[in-house]
Amino acid sequence: MTVIEFVIEVIGTYVATIAFGVLLNIPRRALNMGGLIGVLGYLVYRFIVLWGGGYVIGNLLGAVVIGVASLQAARWKKMPMILFNIPALVPLVPGGQAYEMIKNFALGQNNQALVFLLQVVMISGAIAFGFLLSELVNRLRQRVWRQHKRF
Amino acid sequence: MQSSKDRDQLILHTALTAGRIMIENGSEIERVEDTMARIAKNAGARTSQLFVMITGILMAINGEVGAQIEPVKRRTFDLEKISVVNDLSRKFATHDITLQEFADHLDHLDATSKYFPFWVQVIAAALVSGPLEVVFRHNLPDFWITCVVGTLGWIVYYLLSKYVRIRFLSEFAAAVVIGLLAVLGTQLGLGNNADDIIIGSVMPLVPGVPITNSVRDILAGNLVSGPARGVEALVSAAAIGFGIAMVLQFW
Repeated sequence: MTVIEFVIEVIGTYVATIAFGVLLNIPRRALNMGGLIGVLGYLVYRFIVLWGGGYVIGNLLGAVVIGVASLQAARWKKMPMILFNIPALVPLVPGGQAYEMIKNFALGQNNQALVFLLQVVMISGAIAFGFLLSELVNRLRQRVWRQHKRF
Repeated sequence: MQSSKDRDQLILHTALTAGRIMIENGSEIERVEDTMARIAKNAGARTSQLFVMITGILMAINGEVGAQIEPVKRRTFDLEKISVVNDLSRKFATHDITLQEFADHLDHLDATSKYFPFWVQVIAAALVSGPLEVVFRHNLPDFWITCVVGTLGWIVYYLLSKYVRIRFLSEFAAAVVIGLLAVLGTQLGLGNNADDIIIGSVMPLVPGVPITNSVRDILAGNLVSGPARGVEALVSAAAIGFGIAMVLQFW
């Protein structure tokens, strides 16, 4: 992967995340931040995959980063967290694998389709579990933060 | 002087309307419960009992009026309204607005929908499709045709969901249109790879809100609403998948 390709990917992720936010009618002042969080999550995913970490771990950690960053943004901008993490999730969606699954099922190549189905299930599971983990991190942080404030 | 019964009625009305607007527009259940409880508390109700589900809300406060039900009949994705309710609730908590003003704002918010203009949404659909096609498949020459096909598919989805009001059907029809246009485009020589074009073009239809909310609801312990949203996301995904599969089958 060349540098130019990489830059195009990052710009594409940013633009697509913001555009998806527009389709969901996210308030204007939250759009840019959502785009940045989307890029951040995608970069984590991309680098883990590039360094041989595998798709599942990549999606998992990408989702964790998105969740934690979204809560931070929500605190900072005093807006609901879902304004940031829903669009940011979009670049992680396993669109390619889901499509290959549908295509192979439609063409009657069930064995190949099942391989892709497994990939889709694992990746979606990883993203869901990543959100779960980020929630855990967020709650731990809140707890620690509150105790700090008390003393 | 307002009687306490009227006051209780207004509290219930405000909290229930706020909750309904939030669920209708795609909020997670925990946030709704939290907001409604805060409204009741800030309005001076001693205690409040809440039962929030994805299809309806039940709320009671200690006072002269009984518990009231608010059904949730339609569900769309308009995250701006959630944000506005959130802001109003914050303002009410800091006594910037009164309960009556809060209720009026909510009724006004409920009646109006302030979406981005149609042409902005069309451009947004194009900008979801094209860039994601490049990000996922690294197929730069097909960028333009993907933008066009994604836009047309999204317009079909938008118009159908406006007039038919069954989201799954609109998604299915949009997927069929996307599949047909992608295959047609490659056969006319406008694109190189129909697979890549389809993958990019269906991205604006991805049910991002139900997926995210489903996970958050299940995690928060809402074991009825969370899986319900999961089913919603699954049916949407299946509708899109069947649409594409149908086109591929016939080609």
